[in-house]
Amino acid sequence: MSWKELEEAAVVKGGTSSSYVVSGWRVRRPVIDEAKCTNCLICWIYCPEPAIVRREGAKVAIDYDHCKGCGICEFECPPKAISMVMEP
Amino acid sequence: MTQLEATRAVALQGDEAVAEAVRQCDVDVVAAYPITPQTIIVEKLAEFVAAGRFNGEFIPVESEHSALSACLGASATGARAFTATSSQGLAYMHEMLYNVSGMRLPVVMAVANRALSAPLVLNADHGDMMGSRDSGWIQVYAENVEEIYDRTIQLFRLSEDPRVMLPSAINFEGFILSHDKERVRLIEDDLIRKYLGRPAPKHRLDPKEPLTFGAIANPDNYYEFKMQQTEAMRNALTVFQETEREFEVFSGRRYGAIEAYNSDSADRIAVVNGCAAGTMRAAARDLNARGERVGVLAIKLFRPFPAEEVASHIRRAKSVVTMDRSMSPGAPSGPMAEDIKSVLRSAGMNQPVMSLVYGIGGRDLSVDDGKSVFGLADRGDLSGDVSIMYGVKG
Repeated sequence: MSWKELEEAAVVKGGTSSSYVVSGWRVRRPVIDEAKCTNCLICWIYCPEPAIVRREGAKVAIDYDHCKGCGICEFECPPKAISMVMEP
Repeated sequence: MTQLEATRAVALQGDEAVAEAVRQCDVDVVAAYPITPQTIIVEKLAEFVAAGRFNGEFIPVESEHSALSACLGASATGARAFTATSSQGLAYMHEMLYNVSGMRLPVVMAVANRALSAPLVLNADHGDMMGSRDSGWIQVYAENVEEIYDRTIQLFRLSEDPRVMLPSAINFEGFILSHDKERVRLIEDDLIRKYLGRPAPKHRLDPKEPLTFGAIANPDNYYEFKMQQTEAMRNALTVFQETEREFEVFSGRRYGAIEAYNSDSADRIAVVNGCAAGTMRAAARDLNARGERVGVLAIKLFRPFPAEEVASHIRRAKSVVTMDRSMSPGAPSGPMAEDIKSVLRSAGMNQPVMSLVYGIGGRDLSVDDGKSVFGLADRGDLSGDVSIMYGVKG
């Protein structure tokens, strides 16, 4: 886009990162073992993206569109319910 | 009685003049951290707050990085924001300088110029601001206290103009101007507020309608955003003239982007910025009285650089001395010398240009020194490829 058409100062509406898919950044993906998961929400707190999804009546799930594969959830999970698995 | 006589004349230090101007400019947020020789600005503003004479928000932050960050946030909501710093403080603000200019926020900052550590020194040179030369801020250098006062007011108007929307810095040498007490003819609050109006940015941060400022641009767009800033700087050159003209209407005072002294009939011209301009004019006056033909070009507006105007004043001179009050180790010449050479060569002019460095770390420049500087311009080694370090103990 020409510099004359771009919105000055790169000002954009809030919330645009939700439409930005980063799944291609991952080398390994977090996989939750539902049997071990206690739904303590430690992963939800530590995830630098909002890529851990809380669910009504169910345990947490991964939002793979916004997970970059950093592995912090695996490291922090107290019952070791999360393991990082190589992307195919 | 003219408008000028009707204004109230008081004796103010340079720092006090800044604080007084900020109080009058209806500033919403001041966030600043004290550092010598800017301290009086912060002290005075704090006094105004304590006395109920300043209605804005005064945020006593824990560092200069935070000071400018607070101003950034405030300015993004559409508030008029001001900060002040010097030397190490400006260096500490460095990354925020680029964020403020990149987000096109019209923050105004006063810089009481001071040399950088190490070794430690509290006195003036322009090394602090020259280190931030390319940060996208409008940069003005004042040469006396009344000019500091006037420029502080003008810069809010210039920065907030929709064609500009860039931050600006009013520079004045630490102690020499920050602590010097001079006569200032104060302007009525009402006149200043009418002149400035209120900031009217296109975008404002508002919790009800969230916006991201300075979003990621990536290689696809970053260059184009920087091009917009460059264009805004170009606009600032024109808008600067307008803001000065309108300021003159009610104040009777006008300085120009440059101030030329005897440039029409001078063989030799000294180009200088800051308070040494007055010293050089005094030296030129003495020499001209003895039949020598010398002139002085004071650069008031350094960014954007008034290239055409500079070239037109130098056209007739046979030689030029540029005076940089900052060190640029390893460079072919000082920052102002580089600009002057570039401007002259682009205009097809080939006079010899001598790059001279002076006044480093607060080293004084007397009128006799000024005469010596013109004397150096007579020498044959004008086109040498290194700067002459004037006044260094050899």
